[in-house]
Amino acid sequence: MTTTTPTSSAPPDIVQLGPIAWLHKNLFSSWSNSILTIVIVALLLNFLRGFVVWVTTTAQWEVIPLNLPRFMVGLYPANQYWRIWIAFGIITALAGLSWGVLARQTAKLFSLPVLIGIGASCVFMALVPVPPLYRLMLLAGVALVVAGAWVGRQAGRKLPALGRWVSLAWFVSFFVVLWLIGGGLFLRNVSSNDWGGLMLTLIAAIVSIVLCFPAGVVLALGRQSSLPVVRWFSVLYIELIRGIPLIAILFMGQVMLPLFLSPGARVDRILRAIVGLTLFSAAYLAENVRGGLQAIPRGQTEAANALGLNTPLTVGLVVLPQALKISIPAIVGQFISLFQDTTLLAVVGLVELLGISRSILANPQFLGRYAEVYLFIGIIYWVFCYTMSIASRRLERQLNAGQR
Amino acid sequence: MTQYQTETSPAEPMASEPMIIARDVEKWYDNNFHVLRGVSLTVNKGEVLVVMGPSGSGKSTFIRTFNALETYQKGSIEVDGIKLSHDLKNIETIRREVGMVFQQFNLFPHLTVLKNVTLAPIWVRRWPKAKAEEVAMQLLERVGILEQAQKFPGQLSGGQQQRVAIARALAMQPKIMLFDEPTSALDPEMVREVLDVMRSLASSGMTMVVVTHEVGFAREVADRVVLMADGLLVEEATPEEFFNNPREERTKKFLSQIL
Ligand SMILES: Nc1ncnc2c1ncn2[C@@H]1O[C@H](COP(=O)(O)OP(=O)(O)OP(=O)(O)O)[C@@H](O)[C@H]1O
Ligand SMILES: [Mg+2]
Repeated sequence: MTTTTPTSSAPPDIVQLGPIAWLHKNLFSSWSNSILTIVIVALLLNFLRGFVVWVTTTAQWEVIPLNLPRFMVGLYPANQYWRIWIAFGIITALAGLSWGVLARQTAKLFSLPVLIGIGASCVFMALVPVPPLYRLMLLAGVALVVAGAWVGRQAGRKLPALGRWVSLAWFVSFFVVLWLIGGGLFLRNVSSNDWGGLMLTLIAAIVSIVLCFPAGVVLALGRQSSLPVVRWFSVLYIELIRGIPLIAILFMGQVMLPLFLSPGARVDRILRAIVGLTLFSAAYLAENVRGGLQAIPRGQTEAANALGLNTPLTVGLVVLPQALKISIPAIVGQFISLFQDTTLLAVVGLVELLGISRSILANPQFLGRYAEVYLFIGIIYWVFCYTMSIASRRLERQLNAGQR
Repeated sequence: MTQYQTETSPAEPMASEPMIIARDVEKWYDNNFHVLRGVSLTVNKGEVLVVMGPSGSGKSTFIRTFNALETYQKGSIEVDGIKLSHDLKNIETIRREVGMVFQQFNLFPHLTVLKNVTLAPIWVRRWPKAKAEEVAMQLLERVGILEQAQKFPGQLSGGQQQRVAIARALAMQPKIMLFDEPTSALDPEMVREVLDVMRSLASSGMTMVVVTHEVGFAREVADRVVLMADGLLVEEATPEEFFNNPREERTKKFLSQIL
């Protein structure tokens, strides 16, 4: 491999140039570099100054605290907020526990960056413009994460099976949380028409992610199947869905589906949106997983077969675990896209974070507060997406530990 | 030349009980390349059979038909008294009795050494985990890598990996072991440690079919050596005869190339 690009063939040229010419060239280059740097820094500073001035003087932030409950949970009845707080508590505790279990082998749980993160979120939670009780709840959430992590780490070292129990707890909590939010069975029903804001965004995203993952894996395996019918169906599905924009699928779900169903049958609008998101993402996820499957050498399957493992065991124990590990970055990328794609639900009339923001902006009292509101929800989206991205890198490192 | 009744070699006092009987096996790749052109062979219990031959002659293809990693179109194969068929249950039954070691090791990189070895006993033989691990540890000790049990394959040298692969195959307590050029991917200094393991396995009475270019191993350990060329078994003899005074021109030519 001796492709000679200018940069890779540069070293011999430089040697021939001699030190002075070399210095000159570099000096010249660094002059242009420094000019460029100065220009960029100046532009950035200028922009930043304008931004800071706007944030501190021009911007009118009262639209955020006044509508904070709307942003978070939409029209959810205020006297039922406690149910959401319990759900919040369950999730934070489990998140902490999982973190502790995953990090049980690391030298230090609370390293400096982590401590800074915890401190920053405590300060943030303490300053959020909400009633003191809610502030306390938010701080309790942080405390639950930290405590869960510590417990998870200590217990995880003694009980190797704890990881499996935590997975089971996540599975159970999924239904518990949906029950808490939706009601039924001892709890007052809260119609899904009243779900909204960040809560709806999270429900739609998480349920879709949880559902589209197995669907995508099955489709990817189906595409490699030796049974023609299964293979054709998978290919047809994947190629069909990838050829349609998500917004069209969502509209079909909202507008067209009722036309096909018998008049009596009503399918919940949120459910329809989630089905649309899931069907859409599954096709893309299948392609990501297929990439991983193709990267596994044939020798792996042969070795497993030679040991007497049948096809399901070979796929489940040997091929899929390796393929999924390879595809983690692509899969998480797909999850992040899905999370952002939930904003399209606003277009079909659901009041998730973006939808509720638009309805708030439609209120004459907050006319023209676009910049404040969109910046605010932009930061929320960013926090969640960036967290997923960090978690994916952690998971990858965790799985790679010692293997290479 | 390719008869399937084989004389018991003098060094083999055991009654000849056939473990593998291949009769006139023929195979085509892609419906036109005739890779096996009527191969017949019997491997007896406790016997060590070495298969030699030039590259591309069909050695791998042939021994991979014994555990149905390759299909064939004509002829028949019987392993431990069971006729190979296309039936999945039948194939699984035979694969449980036949262990295989590959040139490229093919360890499972996402599992520790111990888990590599216990995977099949736990999931196929349905042994309890404790029993599988106990057997695995004994095997790892036998191949000399007990201390590496908790490491991942990627952390081991080639020779160590191949010894794990042998232990992994043995964990299923197979009646027959197939080796497809087990030392060809190894650095020279690691060949010995793998051959030593195979040697001790042979002396324990395991039925072995070994594709290899290691003449020293063949001379010392093999009960019989066969030469495969162009999809046919050309010569079949004791190691002594095979190396010192081969009957066939093809064998002489092959030996002159490798010796
Ligand atoms: N899947 C396949 N499709 C088509 N041809 C194949 C396939 N696998 C092997 N062959 C061909 O069949 C012939 C025999 O291959 P085989 O691997 O059995 O040879 P071998 O004797 O084991 O050689 P080597 O010593 O190089 O391992 C070769 O010419 C090879 O190119
Ligand atoms: Mg070969």
